[in-house]
Amino acid sequence: MSLEIIKAKFSAFAVHGAPLTAGADTPAALPVSLVVETRHAVKGYDLDVTVPPERVTDAARLLDEAAFMLEAITGLDWIAEQQFEVVYDYTSLTTGARVTVRARLPRATPELPSIAGIYPGANWHERETHDFFGIVFTGHPGLTTLLLPEDAVFHPLLKDFSA
Amino acid sequence: MSYGTQSIHRETFVLNLGPQHPATHGVLRIKLTMDGEYIDDAEPVIGYGHRMQEKMGENRTYVKYLPNTARMDYVAALFNSHGYVCAVERLAGITVPERAEFIRVITAELNRVASHLLWVGAFLIDLGGFTPLLYTFDDREQILDLLEAVTGARLTFCYYRFGGVCNDIDDEFIAGTRKFIAHLRSRMPMYHAFITKNIIFRKRCEEIAPISAETCRKYGATGPVMRGSGVAYDVRKLEPYSVYPRFAFNVPVYPQCDCMARYLVRMDEMVESLRIVEQALEQLPGGPVMAEKVPRMLKPAKGDCYFNVESARGTFGVRLVSDGTDKAYRLKLRSPCFSNLSLFQECSRGLLLPDALALLGSLDLVIPDIDR
Repeated sequence: MSLEIIKAKFSAFAVHGAPLTAGADTPAALPVSLVVETRHAVKGYDLDVTVPPERVTDAARLLDEAAFMLEAITGLDWIAEQQFEVVYDYTSLTTGARVTVRARLPRATPELPSIAGIYPGANWHERETHDFFGIVFTGHPGLTTLLLPEDAVFHPLLKDFSA
Repeated sequence: MSYGTQSIHRETFVLNLGPQHPATHGVLRIKLTMDGEYIDDAEPVIGYGHRMQEKMGENRTYVKYLPNTARMDYVAALFNSHGYVCAVERLAGITVPERAEFIRVITAELNRVASHLLWVGAFLIDLGGFTPLLYTFDDREQILDLLEAVTGARLTFCYYRFGGVCNDIDDEFIAGTRKFIAHLRSRMPMYHAFITKNIIFRKRCEEIAPISAETCRKYGATGPVMRGSGVAYDVRKLEPYSVYPRFAFNVPVYPQCDCMARYLVRMDEMVESLRIVEQALEQLPGGPVMAEKVPRMLKPAKGDCYFNVESARGTFGVRLVSDGTDKAYRLKLRSPCFSNLSLFQECSRGLLLPDALALLGSLDLVIPDIDR
C-alpha cells in the first residue's frame, strides 16, 4: 500500500469521523482528523495524522493492513491547554516511510482505546505511557506498572509533577 | 499401584530467573511458569534500573543531557549519542561538516563491531562455552583503545556534539584502525572455525526459538533480530542518514528465523562494518570537525521531529518536542532492546528452559537501555 493510498484512507477519516464537541471540562475543542504531508528530511516522518482518540484503533488497523511496524508510543502533557497528546510512530519495513498518528485527549479524563490487540508490541508501550502520564488505555490486557515501582502512585512526566 | 488408571495432573511451578542472574546480563527478572522442563509462561519484569532518563531530558539543557545518552546502551553508546545529536541538529537546523560526518560513521561502526564482539562472547557463555569470550574481548579491547584515544572514554562516550565531534582524529588513529581492520578480518575464519562450525553450538542454535518476520513486525523487534527473520530492514539503507549512502555495504539477512540466523547476521555485520570503516577512511575529507556558529545556549525552533539511527541492537529513535526554550519539552527515547524483549513472552512459550536462555541471549539485550 503506497503512502498516497494511506493518505487518502486517512483523509476519509475526516469525513466519517464525528467531530468531538468541547465538553464542560475540556477548555479547548479537541481537533478532529487532520492529515498533513511532511518532509522526511525536515521532520523525520512523511505523514502527520491527527485523529480523534477513539479512532486510534482504526488508524492502527489501517496501518497494520499496510504492513507497517509500530515503533513507539509517546505521551505528551500540554498542561497549558489541559490536554494530553498520544503519538504513535509507524514505519514501513519496505519503503522506510513513516506515519505519525496523534490523538489529543482531555487531561481530566485521559482515556483512549488500547491498540495492544492489533499490535501486541503496543502492550509495553502503553503500560509505559500509563506509568509516566496516567493515561488509561481501555481494553488493555493488563495495565500495571512497567518501569515504575509496583506501588507508584505518581506520574513523573506530568509537567506539574515534583519529586 | 497401577499407573494406567491414574489421571495425569498437569502441575506447574513458578521459577524466578533473576533479577540477579548472569544469563540476564543485567538486572532483569523473568517470572517463569514451568511445566517440568518446559516453559508455560515467561513474564519479563523490568524497571529495576529505571532512572527516568526522559524526565532528565526535560529538566536540563540540551548540552547538559549529552553525557546521559551514553548511559543507556553502554555497550554501543555512540549510537544513542548519534540519534540524540541528530534529532537536536534536525530541529535546530545545524549542518554538520563533512569530515565530522565521516568521523561519526567511522567511530559508530567501530562501536558496532565492539558491541557485536562482546555479544558473541557473552552469548557463548550463555550456552556454556567460555573460551570464545577470551578471544572476542581481546579484539574488542583494541577497538576500545582506539576509541579511547580519540574520544577520551572507553564506554561512556560524550564525543558527538551538536554540529560535529569534539576532537579530530589523527594519523595514529587512522593507522591503528587500518591495522585493526586487517587484524579482525584475519580472525574471522578462526571464529567461524571454532564457533560457527562447532557441533555443540550448532545443536544449541539451529532451529531453536524461531521468531517469525510477522512477530518481529507486530512487536517492533528490529536490528539483527528482524534481519535474522529474513527482513532486510536497516535504517542506514531505508532512511539514509549521515554519509552512509556514500558507502557500499550489504545488509546481511538470514531467513531461518532461529538463534543461528541471529548469530550469523551479527557475524556478517561485523565484516560489513569493517568495509564501511575502510571506505570512510579512504574517502575521509579534510576541513573542520565542528560547525561554526553553533550557539552556546541552544534553542531549537518550536515543533517536533523524529530521528532514527541503526544501533547495534536495532532501531534507536528519538522524538524531540521543543517549545523554543533551552530545554526539551519532551524527549522520547525509543530503545531497540525494549521492543526486542517484549516478544520474549510469546516466543518462549513451550520452549525448554535452556533453549529460552539461548533465545534471551540471541536478542542481545542491554538492560539499562530497556529501563532507561
